[in-house]
Amino acid sequence: MQQIINFLIRNKNNILFLLLFAFSLFLTIQSHSFQKSKFVSSANFISGGIYGWSSGVKSYMHLDEYNQRLLDENQLLRNRLAAFEDTIQVKEFVDSLFDNQLYRYKTAEVINNNYSKIDNYITLNRGAREGIRPDMGVVTSKGIVGIVENVSANYSTVISILNSNSKINAKLTKSDHFGTLVWDGEDPNIVQLIDVPGLAPISKGDTIVTGGQSLIFPEGIPIGTIEEFTLDRTESYFTIDIRLFNDMTNVGYVYIIEHTQKEEIMDLQEMNQDE
Amino acid sequence: MNSEIFSNTVRFFFLILLQVLLLNNINFLGYVNPYLYVLFLILFPFNGNQTLFLLLSFFLGLGIDLFEDSGGINAAACLAVAYIRPAILRFSFGVSYDYQTVKFSSTAYGSRFSYVAILVFVHHFILFLLEIFSFAHLLLLLKKTFFSGIFTIVLVFLTLALFNRKSR
Repeated sequence: MQQIINFLIRNKNNILFLLLFAFSLFLTIQSHSFQKSKFVSSANFISGGIYGWSSGVKSYMHLDEYNQRLLDENQLLRNRLAAFEDTIQVKEFVDSLFDNQLYRYKTAEVINNNYSKIDNYITLNRGAREGIRPDMGVVTSKGIVGIVENVSANYSTVISILNSNSKINAKLTKSDHFGTLVWDGEDPNIVQLIDVPGLAPISKGDTIVTGGQSLIFPEGIPIGTIEEFTLDRTESYFTIDIRLFNDMTNVGYVYIIEHTQKEEIMDLQEMNQDE
Repeated sequence: MNSEIFSNTVRFFFLILLQVLLLNNINFLGYVNPYLYVLFLILFPFNGNQTLFLLLSFFLGLGIDLFEDSGGINAAACLAVAYIRPAILRFSFGVSYDYQTVKFSSTAYGSRFSYVAILVFVHHFILFLLEIFSFAHLLLLLKKTFFSGIFTIVLVFLTLALFNRKSR
């Protein structure tokens, strides 16, 4: 017994090193596995608070740009509304309208944004208290941003589309062929669409939107335009480079999308798996 | 001794905040960021308690990871550097390296440079290896290690020159 204790004391640095190193490797591996809540995330009281404070300072510098974006979006929405008003009468303030809408939008401000790493995350200043849950979609008026991963009371972290773990269902607007949106970690303005069937008619400049096969994003949210494409060796699938509509290096304010009937659908799907 | 504890504590928190609020947003040429927080590992007293040093560097890295959402990559890199620092010290300062006498500010320029360079490159290599997490992007790994490493080394020496006046 004495010898064991002596051995431990003599090698305490080595043992401490091995223990802590194993722990940090565990955290690292956990962070590389897709869609798992983590112990260490910036959706917490300390880092969320500090990021919130610093983005409060920074956002003043971009106010003009954010205003312009809001004006553009308002213009678009008003034009759409005007187009509808010809055909149906749009009542103002119908509260019951909110009961049957499929998607509900919530606003949030980006308080931290990475884009230079392989696995990038975004921190938002809204959390569980405002009804944010994991696996909700995050978009701006221009296009998609990512998917909520971790949520604390007042903050949440988002897996950016600039993350090697991110896989999002997307399609071509022209032909409705589906593919998977991934990122190769190189250019923050370019993402890749893989597994598009070789039959699909594609050309440069075509628009890519979300596919609507998941419960996260509604169908038809803009992503980007085709910049470059190559067929794989067997000529059965395309790999397409897409230039994003969103400037991921300057996101600003975002919308979080809640699918109001998600739980019902999930329950139904689980029932099928049980049988 | 008390002032040493104080200055290291201040340095610990100041470097974390500086890193996450300012330096992580530089993104020079898209991906080159300096990791100045290794300055804590460089300047920690050479004759300090090694167990304490391991613990502190782990928490330094974990503190950065907390902000970066990067799992435990900074913690692992800092910890590894802290663990092999005695070997780096012995290599750089040669026979004059003695646990009791050598102080960072009183070493020769050449050996001081090799000490900082080795420490920074080891740290960055482990950091980016864990961040990229595959050997498929070996070129990207080396590129990032090299350019970010140079950036960090330049910043380390600039910072040292800036704050070194009183010791002369």
